[in-house]
Amino acid sequence: MFRKLTLAAVLAVSATTAAAESEAHIEDFDFSFEGPFGSYDQNQLQRGLKVFTEVCSACHGLELVAFRNLHDEGGPALPEDQVRAYAEGFEVFDKALDDGEGDYRAATPADKFPSITGTGAPDLSLMAKARAGFHGPYGTGLNQLFKGMGGPEYIASLMTGYEEPPECAPEDFDGQYNVAFAAGGYPDECKYENGDHKYPGSWIAMGQPLWGEDVDFDDGHSNDLRNEAEDVAAFLMWTAEPKMMARKQAGLTGVIFLLILSVLLYLTNKRLWAPHKNKD
Amino acid sequence: MSGIPHDHYEPKSNFAKGVESRLPIIGLLYTTLTAPTPKNLNWMWIWGIVLTFTLGLQIVTGIVLVMHYTPHVDMAFASVEHIMRDVNGGHMIRYFHMNGASLFFFAVYIHMFRGLYYGSYKAPREITWIIGMLIYIMMMGAGFMGYVLPWGQMSFHGTAVITGLFGAIPFIGESLQTWLLGAGAVGQPALNRFFSLHYLLPFIIAGLVIVHIWAFHSTGNNNPTGVEVRRGSKEEAAKDTLPFWPYFVIKDLFALAIILAIFMAVVGFMPNYLGHPDNYIPANALVTPTHIVPEWYYLPFYAILRAFTADVWAVQLVSFLSFGIIDAKFFGVLAMFGAIFVMALAPWLDTSSVRSGRFRPMFKWWFALLVVDFIVLMWAGSRPAEFPYDWISLIGATYWFAYFLIILPILGVIEKPLTPPATIEDDFNAHYGPKDGGSATSSAE
Repeated sequence: MFRKLTLAAVLAVSATTAAAESEAHIEDFDFSFEGPFGSYDQNQLQRGLKVFTEVCSACHGLELVAFRNLHDEGGPALPEDQVRAYAEGFEVFDKALDDGEGDYRAATPADKFPSITGTGAPDLSLMAKARAGFHGPYGTGLNQLFKGMGGPEYIASLMTGYEEPPECAPEDFDGQYNVAFAAGGYPDECKYENGDHKYPGSWIAMGQPLWGEDVDFDDGHSNDLRNEAEDVAAFLMWTAEPKMMARKQAGLTGVIFLLILSVLLYLTNKRLWAPHKNKD
Repeated sequence: MSGIPHDHYEPKSNFAKGVESRLPIIGLLYTTLTAPTPKNLNWMWIWGIVLTFTLGLQIVTGIVLVMHYTPHVDMAFASVEHIMRDVNGGHMIRYFHMNGASLFFFAVYIHMFRGLYYGSYKAPREITWIIGMLIYIMMMGAGFMGYVLPWGQMSFHGTAVITGLFGAIPFIGESLQTWLLGAGAVGQPALNRFFSLHYLLPFIIAGLVIVHIWAFHSTGNNNPTGVEVRRGSKEEAAKDTLPFWPYFVIKDLFALAIILAIFMAVVGFMPNYLGHPDNYIPANALVTPTHIVPEWYYLPFYAILRAFTADVWAVQLVSFLSFGIIDAKFFGVLAMFGAIFVMALAPWLDTSSVRSGRFRPMFKWWFALLVVDFIVLMWAGSRPAEFPYDWISLIGATYWFAYFLIILPILGVIEKPLTPPATIEDDFNAHYGPKDGGSATSSAE
């Protein structure tokens, strides 16, 4: 009986971690880093960095990421001189300059991406972990093992989710209609009588940032909207979880080691108890 | 130490004799490792080792995390990310610690329900049970305060909700809440003291664990039959038991290795599975998350807390009888703590003459229902507080109390239990055959 109850408990624990049902439409993109063996695509991260630099960074900060991280193994892995040149394109505030008054100077690889306040745009460092796009199957979230939490999917869906607003919405309703965005305003005219929304998504303050062909990729990869969205989402997954490759590697090593250990312990245990268990 | 007759440590060399007469520590280790342990223990008896290991894991990873963490409202969030990004192996240590809490609670719940099913709480093991409940309460406190430290959105608003519970206590509530937080609202004083207490509590737990082990080594382990080890002589006791080392150490380590393999897979491949995405957003007092949900291990009691709303007649009755002093909010708080308190009273509420649920035909079903109830409450606690979840929580909470306060006392009177085997040896031989191939001592009767 206990075994069944334990199993039931395991399933229950997973069911309760289900997030609230999202009212937004999140598409399930296939990213290279999904699943226990998935890894970041270095070229994709470099393309995503370019999209971030040329589009997102105008309004959004990346305050937890240091320029030197762009050189890291398992990340975009830019050569050191490129990192140095890239950092110089940013200005950071240095408190030590000007006799302690502080002043702006060009960034070095040791600096972090400047945080941008005042635009009201959230910092993007952890965005891919701060949103869970989906939680299946059946709200258990267990497919996270193979598909991740849906954070990058949320970002990519948001980039591609700008659509014509439904007819029911007033012309002057604040913001842009986006099918992937759940947290924004929603006009009463587009609700059923019980308050449920007739259409997915809501109205977001950010204007559509990507339209396709916004940047030219050095590796000649297609720069249509969908590809740009995927690339920048992958890049932001890396900024949120820069040690993902090392973590999966450690996880795999650990699991294999522990499984071998448990086989050895099983055999030891069996042999140890054998004289006391004489069942034919 | 143990009431079961067994060999004691005899120092042989002069040096060992000298040490033993000054500090009998070798004897203590010897007695602990050779403790006679019922040989019919099943796989539900491995969780104690898992829990002890997890406590060690949490303390070791926690101490390393503290070396890099900054308990300041402006820096805590960034210092955790510093651990995740810049500290060597920091991301693994932090994920171990974070998921270690879940492993700890998962194991403790199975350990507790094991005790409830096999009657491990019953005389003479009441003190072991009570200490266990104290450990559990300390764990809840430590877990809650640990969740505050990353200073994310859930940390912050969860703290506001939970400390708000104390504010519901009549007359002194508001002052108590201010005293707990060190201020009128959640802020720097709260973060600092929770950090201090989060570091302290595990060591109190470690102390209680030693007392917990001491207590059940004095009474001897319970076992799946609930039949006591024979204590007439050393030889008799040896028929029912095997020494803890190596038999149970190896068995427990085998189970631990499997559990850790699963744990390692969770940490390596889906470390944020049991967490909440909102806690990767820095705390912001001005923005409240849509659903403030506690960690999964608090959910059953969180559901009980929320179950008693002002439209429940029992709440209205109590409110009327207490001249409105006990309102719905305070009732909920009382119910939540009461739900743990009734568990602690189980040794005196269970009137059955038979210890193990294995020989209690009616009890089995009520117990199974209690486990289902616990799981349903956990699920209901994760849902928003609206129909039908409020009703499900209320029914679940009612059954929880009914099980301990009504069903356990009555079952002992009306239930006709089966006859347990006369000895542990009989039970063991029924499964594995007698050691010498001959007939068992007393099964011939």
